[in-house]
Amino acid sequence: MPLLTPTSPHVQAPVSVTTVMLQVLLALIPGLIAYVWFFGWGVVINIGIAVVAALIAETVMLRIRKQPVGQYLWDLSAVVTAVLLALALPPLSPWWITVIGVFFAIVVAKQLYGGLGYNPFNPAMVGYVVLLVSFPVEMTSWLPISDFRSYDLGFAESAAFIFGGHLPAGITFDALTEASPLDTLKNNLGQGNTVSEIRAQLGLDDVTSLLLSVTPIFGMIGGKGWEWVNAGFLLGGLWLIYRKIIGWQIPVAMLASLALISGLFNAYNPEHYATPLFHLFSGAVMLGAFFIATDPVTAAASGPGRLIYGVGIGLLIYIIRAWGGYPDSIAFAVLLMNMAVPLIDDHFKPRVFGHGGK
Amino acid sequence: MMQAIRRRLWAFHGGVHPVQHKHVSTERPIQRPRLPRRIVLPLHQHIGEPADIVVKVGDHVLKGQAVAHASGYVSAPVHAPTSGTVVEIGEAPIPHPSGLTAPCIVIEPDGEDRWIEHGPVENYRELAPSALRNIIREAGIVGLGGAGFPTYIKLNPGHAKAIDTLILNGVECEPYITCDDMLMRERAAEIVSGLEIVAHALQARESVIAIEDNKPEAFHAMQEACKDIPDMSVVQVPTMYPSGDSKLLAKIVTGKEVPSDKLSIHIGLTCVNVGTVYAVHRAIHHGEPLLSRIVTVTGKAVDQACNVEALIGTPMDELIRQCDGNVSRIERLIMGGPMMGFALHRADLPIIKTTNCIIAATAAELQPPRPVMPCIRCGACSDACPANLLPQQLYWFAKTKDVEKAQEYNLFDCIECGACSYVCPSNIPLVQYFRYAKGDVWTREREKEKSEIARRRHESRQKRLEREKAEREAKRQQKKSAVDPAAMAEKGQSEAAAAMQRAEARRDAALREAEKHRTEGRPRPPTEPAEPRNGDAE
Repeated sequence: MPLLTPTSPHVQAPVSVTTVMLQVLLALIPGLIAYVWFFGWGVVINIGIAVVAALIAETVMLRIRKQPVGQYLWDLSAVVTAVLLALALPPLSPWWITVIGVFFAIVVAKQLYGGLGYNPFNPAMVGYVVLLVSFPVEMTSWLPISDFRSYDLGFAESAAFIFGGHLPAGITFDALTEASPLDTLKNNLGQGNTVSEIRAQLGLDDVTSLLLSVTPIFGMIGGKGWEWVNAGFLLGGLWLIYRKIIGWQIPVAMLASLALISGLFNAYNPEHYATPLFHLFSGAVMLGAFFIATDPVTAAASGPGRLIYGVGIGLLIYIIRAWGGYPDSIAFAVLLMNMAVPLIDDHFKPRVFGHGGK
Repeated sequence: MMQAIRRRLWAFHGGVHPVQHKHVSTERPIQRPRLPRRIVLPLHQHIGEPADIVVKVGDHVLKGQAVAHASGYVSAPVHAPTSGTVVEIGEAPIPHPSGLTAPCIVIEPDGEDRWIEHGPVENYRELAPSALRNIIREAGIVGLGGAGFPTYIKLNPGHAKAIDTLILNGVECEPYITCDDMLMRERAAEIVSGLEIVAHALQARESVIAIEDNKPEAFHAMQEACKDIPDMSVVQVPTMYPSGDSKLLAKIVTGKEVPSDKLSIHIGLTCVNVGTVYAVHRAIHHGEPLLSRIVTVTGKAVDQACNVEALIGTPMDELIRQCDGNVSRIERLIMGGPMMGFALHRADLPIIKTTNCIIAATAAELQPPRPVMPCIRCGACSDACPANLLPQQLYWFAKTKDVEKAQEYNLFDCIECGACSYVCPSNIPLVQYFRYAKGDVWTREREKEKSEIARRRHESRQKRLEREKAEREAKRQQKKSAVDPAAMAEKGQSEAAAAMQRAEARRDAALREAEKHRTEGRPRPPTEPAEPRNGDAE
């Protein structure tokens, strides 16, 4: 029998793209549970639609590009993209919103650029931004947390609405949905209200707000309900760092810079600028910090480069939230920093052993 | 010394923890295998020039007799490991990644194992340093850790600063390999004696024996053996691949980084291997040249994995059989460790001076390379890289043959440890790309040199033609007027030009010679790795 003569190393760590992606999916579970708890079943249905659409889109594109379909479907990267996109959508988005988003994410942002590893922009965020600028109404129709919804849709009712637009008799979509806490805060600030005025109106304790049928936007520290979703993603993200699936640099830099800049403005004028904790625990910050900005394909490569990249995202999130036209801004911040990655990579290289220093 | 335990250590960036597989070969003491039926001695078992044959077919040789002499400054002699008859001199397969043949001397042992006259050096401390180095050179001792660099050159501090720290490398960080571990467990006193000789030759201020903390038996044995020796200490370093790399180990032990363009000796450090100093001890205190070495014979195709003290030139398959191995079960035979060792083309190759381990692996033991996926830039490689490179970036430059960019990203600081390939979730053979890119750079440099030589040759031809023309002219002039001062001056000029040309020719010859040596000293550039299966990757 002739001996095999492959090149060294002859052993390999038991990791693969599939195991990496699988762990990312597992790490999303705590945040997802909190999401379902506060905002109902819609997100689960959206994830299902997104995953199916992504696998179909991926398969078709791999066929067209004459790539091994099984090998690339099994890497689970399309599933991760689909799940992240679905988590970013309002829970009662109609099915076609999700499908269009997935189409742009998988076909345009990923496969047309060369597939796994070759896309300069985060596919899920490309899909999200396309939806946000094309369908602003659907994309800003969020649900209040379950305690304050006029009617709680069950799984079947959510599915009926997502697929057919049917709501149970006597329920209107407008009655069901409202702007997200960040959106409400932004609008109120825009109308010249101060944070304490908004707090007086919308920061009531649960009993009073129930009596007045006003949805509180402030939770204990962040957006009501959202703070728990964010805490769930934070937990999953810390587990990913512990498992060394992601590095600490991007999340830490991003959260620290967001906290710092919001803290500075909050200290300067607390009536016009929300607290750092509110910023950290509202919207998609934790999902963005641990699951989206850390997408390795589109992030900076070196340790110092990742710090710069994370800081850039953190600052852009705040700038857009505070002075931009959109209430939340993870997607724009990430995409803008994606553009800066080649520049960052070129300028921030680690010190090579034996070069300078001690 | 008690200070040894508390010595401060430094860390390097990255590193990996592959599964060790070491215990399988440490359960039995070092074995002495049977005398082989045939001994094959390659002339080139070291870095540098191959040795010059000094025997002929039919000669009877004694154990320890030199059969080939060192043929230059960077070279090492080869000795007959037992008494017998030279039966063949010619090309034979050697353990090399290329699977090619090389000149070898084949000896048929006579079974008597009769020694040539030899004896110890009475008091090496009274010898001149050059005489001491010469004994080590004549003993054919080279770095037994795997590099095979002639040891006597290392023992020459030259004009460099005095050696501050002499590091004995007992790290043995590669999985499977246990030859240094077992040697330290069983022959600690001899190792310490050899280390003292090396420390004396280098006039080292202190000697530090570094052992990974997964070898407690070796650590205690070495500590016991050197406890009464001043300026010698033992440290346990954390188990981490590739801390056995000499420059990384220097950092761990001293905190100093050898600058990229310099050698350890330039910053007052020298690193020697356990097996090497043991060989130095045998050479000085017993007068024995390097005839054998400890080899770990392991892998699932052998039932009794262990370490053997094998004669240089012993066929590997004989050792495998003696360890209850089944050659037909081997799917991959690796010389060295699984991280940096290379796969051999056949099992009947000889053990050479740098064979520290042979892994006879079955099909189930080492998985075939998995399908290559595109790079997802996860950075696992740069987290693992001990040189703190960015392998994911280097990979692009290597793949697109952008050698300038690759060098800008410090391609040549890659120590080819394979940690990047080991951790890559996309199964990209990164280190293979880097070897290939290095080979590419060397080829380009050689071509540049060649064209430079051609240019110079052309220029001297032009000069010669001009001179000849001038000489003809001068002769014509001479005929005209025998005593024309201008013609005489011209003659003098042309003689000077001729002398210059001769000097230039000599220099060109030397250049060409140096070039030849350089290419021979280096491993053959490996073949280009298979491209990842991504059609539109380019």
